[in-house]
Order: sequence, then C-alpha cells, then structure tokens
Amino acid sequence: MRTWARAVRWYLRELTGETEYDRYCERQARHHPRAPLPTRREYQVLRTLHRETHPQGRCC
Amino acid sequence: MPVSALELPEKPRMSPRSVLLWSTVSLLGAVAWGVLALSRGEKISAVWLVVAALGSYAIAYRFYSRFIVRRVLKPDDRRATPAERLEDGVDFHPTDRRVLLGHHFAAIAGAGPLVGPVLAAQMGYLPGTLWIVAGVIFAGAVQDMVVLFLSMRRDGKSLGQMARDEIGRLGGAAALIAVFAIMIILLGVLALVVVNALAHSPWGTFSVAMTIPIALFMGFWLHRIRPGRVVETSFIGVALLLLAIIGGSWVQDSSLASAFTLSPTTLVFCLIGYGFVASVLPVWMLLAPRDYLSTFMKVGTIALLAVGVVVAAPVLHADAVSKFASSGAGPVFAGSLFPFLFITIACGALSGFHALVSSGTTPKLIQKESQVRMIGYGAMLMESFVAIMALIAAASLEPGLYYAMNAPAGLLGTTAQSASHAVAGLGFTITPDQLTHAARAVQEQTLIARSGGAPTLAVGMSEIFSGIFGGTAMKAFWYHFAIMFEALFILTTVDAGTRVGRFMLQDMFGNVWKPVGRVNWKPGIWLCSGLVVAAWGYFLYSGATDPLGGINQLFPLFGIANQLLAAIALAVCTTVLVKSGRLRWAWVTGIPLAWVTAVTFTAGWQKIFSGDARVGFFAQRAKYADALDAGQVLPPAKSLDDMHTVVTNSTVDGVLIALFLLLVAVVLVNAAVVCARAVGSPAALPTTEAPYVESRIDATPELVEVGP
Repeated sequence: MRTWARAVRWYLRELTGETEYDRYCERQARHHPRAPLPTRREYQVLRTLHRETHPQGRCC
Repeated sequence: MPVSALELPEKPRMSPRSVLLWSTVSLLGAVAWGVLALSRGEKISAVWLVVAALGSYAIAYRFYSRFIVRRVLKPDDRRATPAERLEDGVDFHPTDRRVLLGHHFAAIAGAGPLVGPVLAAQMGYLPGTLWIVAGVIFAGAVQDMVVLFLSMRRDGKSLGQMARDEIGRLGGAAALIAVFAIMIILLGVLALVVVNALAHSPWGTFSVAMTIPIALFMGFWLHRIRPGRVVETSFIGVALLLLAIIGGSWVQDSSLASAFTLSPTTLVFCLIGYGFVASVLPVWMLLAPRDYLSTFMKVGTIALLAVGVVVAAPVLHADAVSKFASSGAGPVFAGSLFPFLFITIACGALSGFHALVSSGTTPKLIQKESQVRMIGYGAMLMESFVAIMALIAAASLEPGLYYAMNAPAGLLGTTAQSASHAVAGLGFTITPDQLTHAARAVQEQTLIARSGGAPTLAVGMSEIFSGIFGGTAMKAFWYHFAIMFEALFILTTVDAGTRVGRFMLQDMFGNVWKPVGRVNWKPGIWLCSGLVVAAWGYFLYSGATDPLGGINQLFPLFGIANQLLAAIALAVCTTVLVKSGRLRWAWVTGIPLAWVTAVTFTAGWQKIFSGDARVGFFAQRAKYADALDAGQVLPPAKSLDDMHTVVTNSTVDGVLIALFLLLVAVVLVNAAVVCARAVGSPAALPTTEAPYVESRIDATPELVEVGP
C-alpha cells in the first residue's frame, strides 16, 4: 500500500512537472557548482517565462 | 500483415506460454468480432465491442507495431536521443517513458475522439467501430509513431520544417499554410461544440464559467503562495470544480438562473472575448493552471468511463448498420458512408493534428529510441479506446432520442411535439412525453437539437454512470459533469491553439516587418491574437447562426481538414522512407496515405461538385441563390436574411475546401516528384538526420514486453 501511494505520488509529480525544480537544481550543481541556485519561486518565474515563448498545441 | 517477416532468424521462437496467451487473445477478439458481425435484429451488450477492440489493439501492438519498429524504423538504443545529447533541463531531458506516455496522451486526446464517434453513430455502431479499430492499427497509430521517430532523429523538428527539408520549399510552404488554416477551422468547430452544449443551459454555463475563476485562483496559488506545487494545486482545483458542478444545480433554481441562460449568439461573443483575453494574458494566470486541471480531469474521467462501460455493460440500442449508411440522407451529417464516415471520425482512428504534437514536445523528451513504439503507437491506441467508449455511450441511447438531439433545429422545430413528429419522419419513435422526461432527468430545459456530440455523449455517460454510482438522483450531476469536462478540454485546446496560431502568424509577419515577429512586442501580440481569434470566431459565429445547422455544415469541413493534415504527415513519412532507401517498406505509410488521400479528395470533390444540395456546397448555394432571386424562402430558413446567410456560408465553405485540396495536392505532387527522383538515383539521397552519437544512458529494459 505504502509503495503504491509512493508510486502514484511519484507519477503525479513527474507528470505535472513538479519535479522540474529539483532536477534543475541537481543539474546546476553538476554543471555550474559555483552558480547560485534559484529559489523555488524564482524558478517558477523562469519556467513560466519559458512557457510564454514556447506555446504547446493541444489536440482535439 | 506479413507475419512471416516477424520471424527473425537470430531471435528465439515464441515460448509455448506466449503462444498460448496470444492464441487466447486472438480467439477472444475473434469471438467478439463474430458476435458483432452475426447479431442482427437482437440487441447485444457493449462488452463485445470492448473485447473486440481491446483484443485487436493487443495483437496490433504486439505484432504489427513490433514489425514496423524492427523492420522499418530500426531504432537503435545505443544511439543517443536528442533528449540525451542536447539535455538542457528545460526542453530536452530524458524522461521516464511511463511519464512521457502520460504527457503525450494528455496532449493528443481531448474532445475530438469523444465528438466524432457520437456523430458517426447515425450510420450505426458497426461501421464506426470497424473504422476506429482498423484505422488506428494501420493508419493513425502508424502515423503518430513514424512522425515521432522521424522528428526524434531530427532533434525534434516540427512537421512543417520536416516537410520543407524533405519535400522542398514549395511543399513546405503549402504545408505551413495548410497547418494554419486547418487549425483555425478546428478551433472554430470545437468552440461550436461548446456553444451548442451550453446554449440555454444555466447549470452548464455556470459550471463552465466557474472554471475561469478557479484557474485564476490556481494560477495565483501556484505562482505566489506555493510556487511550483502543481499536484496539490491540481487537487484543490479539481475539488473546486466538483463544487462548481454542484453549485450549478443551485444556481439553476435561483434568481441567478437568468444571468446564466444565454443564447448561442451571446455565447459566441463570450467565447471570442475569452479566447482573445486568454491568449494575451500571461500563461501562469489562466493557460497553465487550466492545462493542469484539464489533464487531471481527462485522465480521471476516461478511467472512470472505462470502468463504467465494463461494469454497467450497457446494451446497444442503435442499429448495427443504419439505413443512412447507404442512403446518405442522414440528418446529423449528409453524405454516404464512403467517404463521410472516415472524415467524421478523425481523432480516435487517424488524426493529422497528432502529427503536430508528435513532432513538437514529445520527441525532445524520449530517453531511448525504441520507446517510440510505446509512446507513439501505444498512446494512439489509448485514444482509440476513448473513441470506442464514446461510440458505446451514443449507441446505447434509444435511436429516437439520439435523432431528436442530433438532427438540425430547422428540421426538429422547438417543441417536443414537433421534434417527435420529425423523428417519426426519419423512421424512429420517441413520444413527446419521453422527450420532456429525458430532458427533466438531466435537468435541462430541452434536449431537442442539441447537436455537436457533447450533450449526446453526456446523456449516454449519465446513463452509464448513474447505473453504477448514485442511481437516477445523480443523473443530472453526471450529465453536467460530462458537459463540463468536455467544455474544459475544448477551452484548453482553444486557449493553446490561439496561442500557437498567434506565434505562427508572428513568425510569418516577422519576415515582412521585423517588430511583429518579436515575441514580447505588445501591439504585435495583440494584433496577431486578434487576427487568429477573429478567424476562428468567424466560423464559430457562422456555425452558431447557420439555419441549416452549424455542425451539419461545418463538421465535414473540420474532418476533411484534419484528414488532409494526416495526408501531409503521411506524405512526409513516406518520402523519408523512400529517400532513405526503404522503398520496400514504404507501403507501411504509403497505404494509409493512399487511403486518406482517396477519402479526403472524394469527400472534398463531393462537397464541391455534388449536385445534391445536402452534400455539395455549390449546389446548395445555387439552390438558395435561385430561390432568393425568385424572392422565396426555403425551409429551414425562416427569412430572407437566413437565405443570405446560407448563400454566404456555403460559398465560403466550398471555396475553403477547394483551397485545402489545392494546398495538399501541391504537397503530394511535390512529394511524389521527390520520391521518383530518389527511386531513380543510384545512391540514397542526403539525409537530414542528426549524426550518430553513442548513448551513455543505460537502456531500460521493456517492462511491458510480452513474449520473446
């Protein structure tokens, strides 16, 4: 049951892109260890800015 | 399908266990198809449809998609995908295939597979089922998978770019214009479905209107209060949405009801205004949260519907093959089975629009090349199953009710008596009492002439759901739940589509005058958004006010447009196969291409040149223009103004179809020339594939792989 709940939570977080921030931090730490990490709030702004300029079509 | 090709020498033969398993699956599927084919006269359970479809999907996935992958596409898991090579943590990053399957499914599936099959049910459930299942296996899923693969090999290039690179400048330009024009029609028709579902329905209008403040609230929560917490925000949103549906019932009985009882024309202007505002507002406010809401509802409701259909196992009341299949005189849409069934059911069987999704975001996220099979082919099979469920929901209604809801208003009149009479004229029965009772059961003022598919599906779904959860008392809730979730999908598509269209326009105009192309120059944004909204708004308005019924007139246009896009996508696929020396396997996309070309060009030809005024746009124009000259008013038009409207609309629609056919013909001829050149040249033509780079990610073994 616990593993199920964890799997569902993992899936939802991945599907909605909630984990993007963690991945971004990890990636920054790997590639630019000295660069300061954005806060979740700052990252959210970056992310919406990106979405603003990259529209995604939805099918019917 | 050449089964012999599957027996690769180096692979072990199938184990006895999997032989047994697949024999059972085949047998089950065959028995189900047998029941569907042989039962005439008696009513059968929808379970047979489900078993036949699922059995066929399983076999197609296991054998045909594997054959295409192994023999034709030959993905190489040692080759790094763009997600790995170009990883930037934003657009490109290797994504778990199960997550990507969810993403891709949410992007391709929407209202389309729910609406088309409902309309096509006028020809009976059997032709629709056969086309949905065979179409997806041999055409739709193949197109999605091959486009996904080709785009992945080209760093996620769009369909338009691939057409330009592989076919040529002329074909590429024609493809780009066609994509834009087709999108406009698509948005107009989808918005029309919403208008027809919400007209004079205070409950529905209230709950759909509430999705806007809910989305704004979610956006604020996600951006300001709890940044980035998407899952919790989505749960809050879904809970609020359910409250809004319950609240609709209360609003309907209160003094507020009149404020939410809107005529189709008012709704048209509301939608146009909404579309414009939504496309110029920052995405975090409206578009992004609405998208999350829509994804959650989509996955949840479709799962619920699958459970509902299997548990409730409704009986199919529609004929297997109705008389309208051959006569072509159906009231929902005119024209005979070939070609019109195949354009009415687009999404769910073969949808060109998917090629835009398969060549956009998804190819940039694939971890391993072989995963195109599960994501491209698998997601499309899932969408096809959604279409089968919609068909079941429509076919489980009494035919009398189905026609009373779906025939045009001009034919049915406005009262239960007139509708009952008109349905009797079509050869079906429903008493005025039954009709008013059906409307009262779902707490709607009327169910007469609620064309567009959404209300019919909602009535079907409310029957199925109320049989399991909540009984008759919950019927009205489930009906409005279904209306709300369809409207939610469609508005999300309209938001996103308007934005995509705006960027395409900005891109095109940017070539002429630089500032318009800048994505942050406000006047440019407003101008281009305004143009896109005005374009689809025109079709929405003309559809909502068309005396002959907007769905009846515009749905064929939508279907032809969508399938023409499929023709472009399949032409690109076939050209690449031929150019890369795979002429032997070019039939894999070549046969679907030939089929969809035959379907769309026949349909288009009939829509332009047919002498039957119900089918041919120009015959219709001539009929009404002549009557107008003589000063007559032909029913269902009620005034000279109506007559003028019919003349204008049929001219515009006819010219538009001719234009679409011309654009696609240019692409096809250009593709044929390139193919002929490739066949004639001794060596393979230069490829535009990104060069090989060795992958450094471990290959994840296929978990769902069954058999050897």
